[in-house]
Amino acid sequence: MAMVETDLQGVVEDAAAHLYVWALKDIPQDLRDALAEALTRETSVPGRRVLETIVRNVAVADEEKNLVCQDTGIAVYTCRVGEGFPLHPAGIYEALKTGTARATLEHPLRSNAVHTITRENTGPNIGHRLPIVHWEFIADWDGLDVKCVPKGSGSENMSFLKMCVPADGVKGIKQFVLESIVGAGGKPCPPGIVGVGIGGSADYAMYLAKEAIARPIGTRNFDPIVARLEDELYQLLNETGIGPMGLGGDVTVLQCHIEHADTHMTLNPVAVNYQCWAARRASVHVSADGTVDFDREA
Amino acid sequence: MATHRLTFPTSEEEIRSLRAGDEVTVDGHIIGIRDRTQIRIFDQGVEPPIDLAGALLLHTAPNVRKVGPGRYEKLCIGTTTSARMVRFTEPLGERYGVRAICGKGGLPDEAIEPMRRLGMVYFAIVGGAAALETTQIEEIEEVAWEDLMPECLWKFRVKDFGPLTVGIDSHGTSLYHDVQEAARERLEGIIARL
Repeated sequence: MAMVETDLQGVVEDAAAHLYVWALKDIPQDLRDALAEALTRETSVPGRRVLETIVRNVAVADEEKNLVCQDTGIAVYTCRVGEGFPLHPAGIYEALKTGTARATLEHPLRSNAVHTITRENTGPNIGHRLPIVHWEFIADWDGLDVKCVPKGSGSENMSFLKMCVPADGVKGIKQFVLESIVGAGGKPCPPGIVGVGIGGSADYAMYLAKEAIARPIGTRNFDPIVARLEDELYQLLNETGIGPMGLGGDVTVLQCHIEHADTHMTLNPVAVNYQCWAARRASVHVSADGTVDFDREA
Repeated sequence: MATHRLTFPTSEEEIRSLRAGDEVTVDGHIIGIRDRTQIRIFDQGVEPPIDLAGALLLHTAPNVRKVGPGRYEKLCIGTTTSARMVRFTEPLGERYGVRAICGKGGLPDEAIEPMRRLGMVYFAIVGGAAALETTQIEEIEEVAWEDLMPECLWKFRVKDFGPLTVGIDSHGTSLYHDVQEAARERLEGIIARL
């Protein structure tokens, strides 16, 4: 008797279609808690008005089963692929792309994707090199984790890179992050998550900054030296007074996450990627046999 | 900081009564507009087919479903970053009599002087709070320039739209300017002790 083969590509496609819409409608509990906590700290009148409206908006999205924010973003996925997972990454990519398009058409969602020169729409949130996928490959494992992070343009436009020199040291890194967030003001929809990528190369630092914003809120870097820098920057950023939506107040950021890579002795790159207060993300674990397990908090 | 309820379109007198930091709730009609819409009006010189006199403009590109020729149903309507569109502020007031612009993130300082002179204000909405905003939009009454979808010219009927914060008033005060100035000062102190 022939074995019934699992259509893994179909499974990943269905999961991607579900993840994209789910992420847009139902924000994770850690973020809800952080927003509620921000409201207890905020003392400025416009700041409190903003945070109260945000909390009310999240409740309305739940009740109406509507999107939290109208900007369906660009779909960014981070994939952790086990070396034994039976579907090749090329197949995974195809499944993520088709799943993104299906979610956009079936819901329907606003299609944001355009040709970068002509600005003509390229399809249902897909196009050349869209969606964007980050890959990590895991030895001795046969599973797949997919995290969907729809990234809004308001916050993505507030991305900054500086090739600090080694003599700038950690002080230069801190100064650049602080200046970037003050300069961004209300544009990236604060209070959100400041993602910082340090080290590697110019492109890799920005990649790491994006990885940092996708982490569950308030998690800390495994390296205690970097974790201490996360704590310190979080404190300092909230001393700037930019406040919710840039209208002034005590809560400028919900968190600061840092990812790092070792680098060249002559390099000291720092990248900042901002994630708005509607820090949307949703995850799924797919087993080699095609079993799917959606995970709200990963 | 006072609380106001305004119906749009409105008059210069009403606009002049607002001060930066005040809370405003809006009823009546508002006009949705975005980058490409304003590029068509001002850079390509095409007259907008919807009257903008006394209007409140909303920086938006809504998620909608088409239900008939020229007719759309709301799905999710929210607000985009305003700063990109600052150069249209003066001609919107001078040529079309626009009274208010609503968006998120504020307008740069170059908007302060034309808003003071022409009697205009900037309303800050909570960016990203689209689920709530959608419930406050009763109907999409009119759509022009559907070829720019979703960056068309939209006419919405709204009720209890807000809460909005007066970010820039018509007397030369901008909360964004004041917050930036204070933040830069604090930043100097922070950097000095790093």
